[in-house]
Amino acid sequence: MAAVMPAPAQSRLLMSGNDAVSRAVWEAGVKVAAAYPGTPSTEMLEVISTYPDIYSEWSVNEKVSLEVAFGAAMAGSRAFCAMKHVGLNVASDALMTLTLTGVVGGLVIAVADDVGLSSSQNEQDSRFWGRFAHVPVLEPADSQEAYDYTLAAFELSEKFETPVILRMTTRICHVKGLVTVGERRTHRGAGFKKDVGRWVMVPGAAARRLPKMFERERLLRAEAEVSPLNVVEPGSDRRVGFVVSGPAYMHVRESFPDAPVLKLGFSCPVPFEKVRAFAAQCERLVVVEEVEPLVETELKAQGIAVTGKDILPLSGELAPHVLRPAIAGLLGEPAPVEKIAAPLPVFPRPPTMCVACPHLGVYYTLAQLRNVTISGDIGCYTLGFGHPWNALDACISMGASMGMALGLDKGRGESDEDKKIVAVIGDSTFLHMGMQGLLDIVYNRGNVTVLLLDNRAVGMTGGQDNPGNGRDIHGDPAPRVDFAQLVKALGVREERVHVVDPYELPTLFKRLREETRIPEPSVIITNQPCVLIKDYHKLKPYTVIDDKCTGCGNCVDIGCPAIHVTRRDRVTKASGREVDLAFVRIETAACTGCGLCVQPCAPDAIVHAEKVSVINMLKKS
Amino acid sequence: MSKITNILVVGTGGQGVMTATEILAEAAIALGHDVKKTEVAGMAQRGGVVSSHLRFGPRVLSPQISPGTADVLLGFEAAEGMRWRHMLRPDGLALMNTGRLVPPVVDIGLYTYPDDPVAAMREAGTRVYAFDASGIAGELGDIRLGNTVMLGAISDQLSFPAEVLEQCVLKRFASKKPELVELNRRAFAAGRAAAQAALRGESEACCAAT
Repeated sequence: MAAVMPAPAQSRLLMSGNDAVSRAVWEAGVKVAAAYPGTPSTEMLEVISTYPDIYSEWSVNEKVSLEVAFGAAMAGSRAFCAMKHVGLNVASDALMTLTLTGVVGGLVIAVADDVGLSSSQNEQDSRFWGRFAHVPVLEPADSQEAYDYTLAAFELSEKFETPVILRMTTRICHVKGLVTVGERRTHRGAGFKKDVGRWVMVPGAAARRLPKMFERERLLRAEAEVSPLNVVEPGSDRRVGFVVSGPAYMHVRESFPDAPVLKLGFSCPVPFEKVRAFAAQCERLVVVEEVEPLVETELKAQGIAVTGKDILPLSGELAPHVLRPAIAGLLGEPAPVEKIAAPLPVFPRPPTMCVACPHLGVYYTLAQLRNVTISGDIGCYTLGFGHPWNALDACISMGASMGMALGLDKGRGESDEDKKIVAVIGDSTFLHMGMQGLLDIVYNRGNVTVLLLDNRAVGMTGGQDNPGNGRDIHGDPAPRVDFAQLVKALGVREERVHVVDPYELPTLFKRLREETRIPEPSVIITNQPCVLIKDYHKLKPYTVIDDKCTGCGNCVDIGCPAIHVTRRDRVTKASGREVDLAFVRIETAACTGCGLCVQPCAPDAIVHAEKVSVINMLKKS
Repeated sequence: MSKITNILVVGTGGQGVMTATEILAEAAIALGHDVKKTEVAGMAQRGGVVSSHLRFGPRVLSPQISPGTADVLLGFEAAEGMRWRHMLRPDGLALMNTGRLVPPVVDIGLYTYPDDPVAAMREAGTRVYAFDASGIAGELGDIRLGNTVMLGAISDQLSFPAEVLEQCVLKRFASKKPELVELNRRAFAAGRAAAQAALRGESEACCAAT
């Protein structure tokens, strides 16, 4: 995206939390911003990349993004990086030591926890990193606060020379609310000052930094005691006082308008004295935090009596309809009776692959293979585990398909002696964390067939650019990695590397069957783009000639959402076997002509739509 | 607490649910309301379920509409409206597109699509205005006009004049695709007329019953 003119100061804008953070990053005079895409954090860097006077990049993974941002902060400039919760697991190796060196220019790490698991493999509480790395954590409750806290985070970062975690959740990132924005201030980088005792973390130097880190934490706790981000809101109904952080604040305020509330915007280190003083005003304290009982446990350790996760759920959002009955129970009151109608039963609508997605051909083919275990990875292609393919057997984290496959190979049980092991991974995920795993497979002589699905995009998060498609975050030309050369350089033998068009089903099947039979590492690279990016070109749509369709259902097994079953039947064959039939139609308006369904259609009933119009015209005339 | 209006917009990925809710939000802001808009749309781009919450009033705290408190349910797809009807308050109103989008799990025979979602909702006691927004959009020449048809349909159910919402819809296109302004004006009017016809149908049925 090209740089656009930012809205003027004092504008009141409808912004998501991600938009608001981005605006504040720009206003704070940040020089370097980096991220790897990940829901719900992706839009931060997308939006930042449209602001002028700021260097932004898609990094290959979150660890690299943090290291890039840290480098800039070491050089005295303000720096920012954004990631989803699991991204900070990847980046944590850098975090755990850069907390020792501290920073010169402000460094803010926005981490987005997917509370409620709308699009993630787990639900974890990133506030733990504040404790683990001894860095402050700020928790905004809506878009305006996301904006305000980002600005505050840079001030805090520079005042205490510490990285600051801005803890977001899906409900902050993606909720839109009104935000009043301000002016951009320029920030002058101090320049890098050579100081090996500080920047070179060898054991002796690191040991000397440890006391400084703990002293910093002590000062930060004192700061949290007086910070304007930690606010007591008095209330007339003192039966329960709430200690809250993050978006749960809004739910508490909505549910209990008369209750006293201590809102912890600066929630780590916890300001114990402030909580103690607040506790004295209330009959009992309830800690409302998403998702783990962190503040609660620390308050209990201080001897402050609080209730929390003993009455509130340990996962998911703490919305008003969750809070109200829990608090009523605590007070021994009957649960509020709400006139809620029962949900009507409706089929599930799981996410599907897109019409003409190049992965459809891959999973249709994988579903034909027998005696195979398929190790999967994070991306759209994770959906291959579902119907109709049922062709993905495991998925845990970015890049894990490689290591898991090698482990499945080396750890075979007796019953798995003849099993073929296949690993499936996307282009961006391979570059993120898969390359090392493939190197491990090669180096340790694993027997794994790797399917590298190169669709030239980070598909699941919206088709972001990456080093595999030759475009940078602005869409401008950038050096493009050559996957075939790369995997050969990692040691896969040239004869075992194949580039295949995933729309050519016979070739794909032949290659997969051959390579799974050869007991050495091989890589099959598919080479067609994601249908959601500009590299994809639509072709002429198809339709079904009703008279010719025999109901074999082969095309349905492709799993394309444009193919619909119009009628089912059951017939008895001459052999006496009963066969289910499914007659189909193709939604021509949605079809983009990939031709996958044409290939398994035995009676040649699927033809280009325009051909049928001509036939109909001739019939009429 | 001052009155907050809760509007729940539901459908499937790619139908324009989130854009429609954003336009509703812009209209509320134009009238000086505080606004919060949120959706659960994790993998919506992959044809999944999208539900978008819009709350507006003097000051909005929680962005989420609690079950049983939505004033209006705007259903972009028949079964999706049915899926979320429990979010409506007992006397709330559902404005429903009768158009259907059948997912692959139904096509491959794992689940069945409800015979008549609107009838099922009415049977369960929900007040429904139903009309074929997809068909109306198709007749106007582009199925993508469906979300403007739906916005036209809701425009008489808001606490502000329909024209405010219409202006917000047209403003979107005026800057980016001026050639689509007239088409969207017609789609908005058609949606408004469809909802009004559904209302008349309801009152006629009501009179017939008494």
